[in-house]
Amino acid sequence: MLEFSESAAATLKLFAAAFAIAAGAMFPARAVGQIATKAMESIGRNPESASKLQGPMLLSLAFAEAIAIYAFVIAILIWVS
Amino acid sequence: MATMDTPVEEMNDPAHGAEALSLEAEHAAEGAQGDEGHEETSLHISLAADPIFQVGSFTVTNALLVTWIAMAILFAVAFKFSKTVRAVPGKFQAFLEIVFDGLLSFMDSVTQDRKITERFGPLTLTIFFFVLVANWLELIPGFESIFLNGVPLLRAPSSDFNLTLAIALIAVISMHTMGVRTLGAVTHLKKYFSWNPINMFIGIIELIGDVAKILSFSLRLFGNIFAGSILLLVIGFLMPWGAPLPFMVLEIIVGFIQALVFSVLTLVFLTIATQEQH
Repeated sequence: MLEFSESAAATLKLFAAAFAIAAGAMFPARAVGQIATKAMESIGRNPESASKLQGPMLLSLAFAEAIAIYAFVIAILIWVS
Repeated sequence: MATMDTPVEEMNDPAHGAEALSLEAEHAAEGAQGDEGHEETSLHISLAADPIFQVGSFTVTNALLVTWIAMAILFAVAFKFSKTVRAVPGKFQAFLEIVFDGLLSFMDSVTQDRKITERFGPLTLTIFFFVLVANWLELIPGFESIFLNGVPLLRAPSSDFNLTLAIALIAVISMHTMGVRTLGAVTHLKKYFSWNPINMFIGIIELIGDVAKILSFSLRLFGNIFAGSILLLVIGFLMPWGAPLPFMVLEIIVGFIQALVFSVLTLVFLTIATQEQH
């Protein structure tokens, strides 16, 4: 395997942590936007359904955001290891 | 940064793990070498909860202390309610009745059946109220800033992975227990183990999904609250006057939503587990 000096390893670790959270938050961000877009469209089309849509929408938002949280936890683990 | 010279003690000590490290901002190390009259400023961010004191061989961490405070608050509210409950409600009882009515009707919209709501209501609402109080306590000034022997005295309990893992395990194990109690052991196990090849495949996926449920429950709550506490720390460090305010509002909202999501997901999985397949 490649041999890294101490400071190069520390630098690479920082890059790894930054990349983990940067890449891992892109798709959840897009997913959250898509969920909210569809919800807004349905509410705009049918304003009385707003209260019925809120519950499932919040649930789906939490699911989509959880993926970004997994990436964040991995980034923290890389940073402190 | 990890102390490798006492590995045995670190493994036996429950408060320490592989991640029990503190991060300090870089100028803390440099400030110690520089001028002596200058107070060193450092951000104390640690993944694992820091131990405060020991009772015999039991280590009490700062997250555990705040868990006890949250429990005391919930007990106080329940005790006061039980002392003053009447047929014609006073203000406090009416407020609690409004809250419970809203929560129960929300749970009805999830389970579609009043009897299931009443059966699983206690566990779900316990998780909801405990996680809500634990999340909202984090916003009180003094959390993560009052130090005792170099570690913060108070820390949000849900930012300790042990607590979120414990609640997630309770949720998933109660899912299986309720399934066995409702459907019988054979019917419940038939969902996961079957000789039919399609059902066997589905069963394996369900088992993997169960492990994924434990991880996702615990990591979702842990990540949100831990990230929120670090965010508040850093913003308070960079600009203490005025800037933390929108982030505090964000943390209030996030704390409420995460408590709601945790309890609603528990309810959904409990409902699914106690219903027949197809």
